[in-house]
Amino acid sequence: MIRFESVTKRFANGTTAVDDLSVEFLEGGITVLVGSSGCGKTTTLRMINRLVDPTSGTVSLGGRDVRELPAAQLRRGIGYVIQQAGLFPHRTVLDNIATVPTLLGWGRRKARARAAELLEVVGLAAESGKRYPHQLSGGQQQRVGVARALAADPPVLLMDEPFGAVDPVVRTLLQDELIRLQAELRKTIVFVTHDIDEAVRLGDRIAIFRTGGHMVQIAPPAELLARPADDFVAGFLGAERGLKLLSLISLQDVPYEPIAAVRTTDTAAQARAEATGRWLLAVSPDGKPAGWLDVHALDGSDSIGQAALTPVRGLTDADSLLSALNETVSSPTGMAVRVDAAGVLVGASRDDVVHAHQRSLA
Amino acid sequence: MTIEWGWLTTHTDDLLALTLDHLATAVPAVLLGLLIALPLAVVAHRVRPLRGLLLGISNIMFTVPSLALFVLLLPITGLTRTTAIAGLTVYTLVVLLRNTVEGLDSVPAKVREASLAMGRGSLGTLVKVEFPLALPVIMAGVRVASVMTISLVSVASYIGYGGIGQLFTDGFQRSFPTPVLAGVVLTLLLALAADAVLVVVQWLCTPWIRKGARA
Repeated sequence: MIRFESVTKRFANGTTAVDDLSVEFLEGGITVLVGSSGCGKTTTLRMINRLVDPTSGTVSLGGRDVRELPAAQLRRGIGYVIQQAGLFPHRTVLDNIATVPTLLGWGRRKARARAAELLEVVGLAAESGKRYPHQLSGGQQQRVGVARALAADPPVLLMDEPFGAVDPVVRTLLQDELIRLQAELRKTIVFVTHDIDEAVRLGDRIAIFRTGGHMVQIAPPAELLARPADDFVAGFLGAERGLKLLSLISLQDVPYEPIAAVRTTDTAAQARAEATGRWLLAVSPDGKPAGWLDVHALDGSDSIGQAALTPVRGLTDADSLLSALNETVSSPTGMAVRVDAAGVLVGASRDDVVHAHQRSLA
Repeated sequence: MTIEWGWLTTHTDDLLALTLDHLATAVPAVLLGLLIALPLAVVAHRVRPLRGLLLGISNIMFTVPSLALFVLLLPITGLTRTTAIAGLTVYTLVVLLRNTVEGLDSVPAKVREASLAMGRGSLGTLVKVEFPLALPVIMAGVRVASVMTISLVSVASYIGYGGIGQLFTDGFQRSFPTPVLAGVVLTLLLALAADAVLVVVQWLCTPWIRKGARA
């Protein structure tokens, strides 16, 4: 789909940003380009929509050299998302999203209708369409950036550190949204980041770049983590490489067993009767795990509601083995609490079960 | 120094005519200045080596005494309003050029890049993105240039197109202070009015700035 053939980019100041790159990016998948700053990953991305032209070699898209089309026309067919969204501050959110359709001559009405539709796709309220970008939070702006890139339904999406400027909680949320969108849209996405965790979460394939514009390795995340090509890649993947690998394995095949629990509305007496040890799982009235209850600390109080609960995170089958491992370490009982898709308690996996599953994979 | 209020009431028609005449010189001068400054500013903004040169020239032209400038223009345009307008235009450039360049500089690089990456051409990006975003800084320049020009028009009295400035020559020649004071007040009011109009225009043209922060 996107193909680089012996592509080299040297800038006027003599630095080589990309050195003899030959690679093909997966059609309908997310390829993440990672590396420290100045490694040429952004330049590589920008050569696809010709914001940068290579010094030598060819970049082709769908079998055609990108230089065949006038730059503007090429770019209208490629979605582009950048850090801090790069939204037009003087246009409303709706007009921002409608940019490319308008340039393509769809007509104002149709372009705006499409923009309104996309607001919903990226999870923004309809009324935010009338706002200006500075009236939105960083995370919302980033969503608008994604919506704007998707507006004309381009087959290819280029994303240059799109979530780099938002806080970690929002970033995780946006990553989840991208995964959800991608499952539906199956775009060919090239995604640049310097965050290896983000790369592992999002990438169908990860390309690692090193300073001087060399692509060192390109592989699916699991393969990359299991078999880094050299010390540079291993170093870049970090000391927790093994743990990152666990983050790619779902809990689907990890067994769980029933677990006794009290409701937060129950009395202290009921809790004491139910408890077999010091700790007891408490669930909210709708069956969702609320926290670990320290039965010893119940002295004197009548209801559980007042007791301080140690936080618990219910894990679904889609969560990773790494998060289960984390729960076994951080919960006072060594149990990873399991929930269904609705968040309702279904049971718990003991730490030895989690560890055994992890060893069985090795 | 006494003011003869009677003179004012008998000369309202003249005062109005002079005010309109004043505007007929000042407004074209500022508009023409803008017309010249915008493209020059784009060049100065895009071509770094030319920036210092263009700004330098506009600075130097500003230091040419107005009388000398009119004298220099006389052989070309004669004793016409064009001479007055052309002379004043030269002075507006120093503010308009500098502010437009600074306005264009103030447009975030990411926004310009996004516009190009969406498939808008270089000219489209300039017109649809860069100029609108530079507008507040450009308008600040237009306001200064307008006030400055309105007060400068008087110097064109030398060649007979001084607008309200004619009152100064008149009062001076007759040692009659009333027209002079009337002229000063009129010029002041005109400058204030022009500034107010420009503030409103800017307000109307920049709806995005009016909207408060995160709602």
